[in-house]
Amino acid sequence: MISLAGRDILHGWVRFLMTGFGLGLLIGVTLSMAGIYRGMVDDANVLIDNSGADLWVVQQGTLGPYAEPSSLYEDTYRSIIGMAGVARAANVTYLTMQVRHGGGDVRAMVVGAVPGGPGEPGQPGFLIAGRHLTGGHYEVVADVKAGCALGDTVIIRRNRFRVVGLTRRMVSSGGDPMLFIPLKDAQEAQFLKDNDMLLQQRRRMAQNPAFNRPNVPGLLDAIVASQTTSLYVNAVLVQLKQGYAPEAVAKDIQRWQRLQVYTRSQMRTILVDKLIATSAKQIGMFLVILSIVSAAIVAFIIYTMTMAKIREIAVLKLIGTKNRVIASMILQQAIGLGAIGFVVGKIAATLWSPFFPRYVLLEPGDAIRGFIIVMVISVLASILAITAALKVDPAEAIGG
Amino acid sequence: MSGNGIVIEGLQKRYGSGDTLVDALKGVDMQVAPAEVVGLVGPSGSGKSTLLKCLGAVIEPSAGLMRLGEKIIYDGGWKIRDLRALRRDNIGFVFQAPYLIPFLDVVDNVALLPMLAGERNGAARKRAMELLEALDVAHRAKAMPAQLSGGEQQRVAIARALVNHPPVILADEPTAPLDSQRALAVIAILNDMARQYETAIIIVTHDEKIIPTFRRIYHIRDGRTHEEAGEGKSPHELIKIDKA
Repeated sequence: MISLAGRDILHGWVRFLMTGFGLGLLIGVTLSMAGIYRGMVDDANVLIDNSGADLWVVQQGTLGPYAEPSSLYEDTYRSIIGMAGVARAANVTYLTMQVRHGGGDVRAMVVGAVPGGPGEPGQPGFLIAGRHLTGGHYEVVADVKAGCALGDTVIIRRNRFRVVGLTRRMVSSGGDPMLFIPLKDAQEAQFLKDNDMLLQQRRRMAQNPAFNRPNVPGLLDAIVASQTTSLYVNAVLVQLKQGYAPEAVAKDIQRWQRLQVYTRSQMRTILVDKLIATSAKQIGMFLVILSIVSAAIVAFIIYTMTMAKIREIAVLKLIGTKNRVIASMILQQAIGLGAIGFVVGKIAATLWSPFFPRYVLLEPGDAIRGFIIVMVISVLASILAITAALKVDPAEAIGG
Repeated sequence: MSGNGIVIEGLQKRYGSGDTLVDALKGVDMQVAPAEVVGLVGPSGSGKSTLLKCLGAVIEPSAGLMRLGEKIIYDGGWKIRDLRALRRDNIGFVFQAPYLIPFLDVVDNVALLPMLAGERNGAARKRAMELLEALDVAHRAKAMPAQLSGGEQQRVAIARALVNHPPVILADEPTAPLDSQRALAVIAILNDMARQYETAIIIVTHDEKIIPTFRRIYHIRDGRTHEEAGEGKSPHELIKIDKA
């Protein structure tokens, strides 16, 4: 038996292909939306994995450095490093801000890390060019997404930093590239005031009799100095010795240091379930809407194609064609349209995903799931047309 | 299913009920022998199409008897369970317009019926080609219907009606869109095929050009048929006269 669906498609293949192409672009958008969600989750995981930390020690009652402001004294790490199970501990600051590079602005997450080698907590996990931070000041290791090259200058607040190393896939949970600078510079950048404000602050303090006591020399200078230097960090990243359970060490730090401690799995939960939850719901809604729109389009196209063949279907029924053959013809066309749409969509999503500002992760599993969903949608969408075709009276072919 | 052609006795068809009751057929008697071509003529609304639909097992009569060869197909109710198979294997249809399947080429339009009946593609196409050769359109076997002239399309439609060697062909105004030369040519083909395949052919027509070719004509009026003898002129002769 010849394939009626195949012959019909071949007969009007240009129209069929163009329709499939249009549907494919829609499917491509749907796959990209799923890819954006996967990219967000992957960014969060990369952020955790590349931090080099087993535990995040933050201010009590906060959700950690990525989700909420957290402030710790910079010497807190000294008491942590002495605790059982702790191999290394390092201060770190995080600040999302606009930095200037090449005459333009770049939205970036500036990470203040203690200069050191690879594997140190807070340092980028690996570099694709250059070296890690070694100097005490004015060096930066930047993610390539920031558009920097080795030797470039990046301006953070009033200070100029030279790019000494480059990383890849080091982005914040918001998708902003990370710039690693020495901790001291980062602390200064976080709390740096402009010159006018510093002058005003000094004047106000000098006029305040509580701070400017004639019989206490040096008090005013000490207070002014304390106002212009920052002794705070956002978190202490901890690496554990082998054989120690993160939960047990976290419990000890919480108990004895009265600080909040998160393990990797807890931090992953915060980033994925809390930070990107709203975005995920938003994307989920888009996916649902796009699926419904795709289904409606397939249904409409297949229904229109079927209605255009109503006389031929009546003739086919009159000459003895079984309903099964007619239903199969329509179903095959719907599946064919869905298959073309999926292939076009997958290719389109793959081609255009590198141009998205955020990382788009197209997972093979999602592609397989997407293909199954497209097939199911195509089958469901063909029901309307099949119902209409099966209702066609063979007597219509005779007329009268 | 050879032997008696098609026999209809007291066939009735009613539509609606109560105040809307319409007696479309009020007791039609007809008999068409194998290899015979008869005309069925009548004004609009006389019941021609209803009769054709009943004969084609497309709508169910209300009463009467229909016999195809030795087999009773209707006697106060359908006596055949699979009407679809009955149509496919026993009744050929030729319409006013050819209604070829536009996405199949000529040979597959004809071979589709035996394929639907389960015949292998190669054998079905071979049979279709034989018919197309007999109808002088074999050279267009690979053409699509839209590439054919009206006369060629109608010949392909006749080939499709004949391909399963049905005992009966129902033709609904098959010459309406054709000029007199082509109309007579189609009737000549149907006559030749009726003789060659022992097929009973009923042609519904208004076409004055072809009415003289029938030996027997059934007039249908107000749902009843009246038989009369026709002139029985040879369509081949009429073509020559028409050309002259």
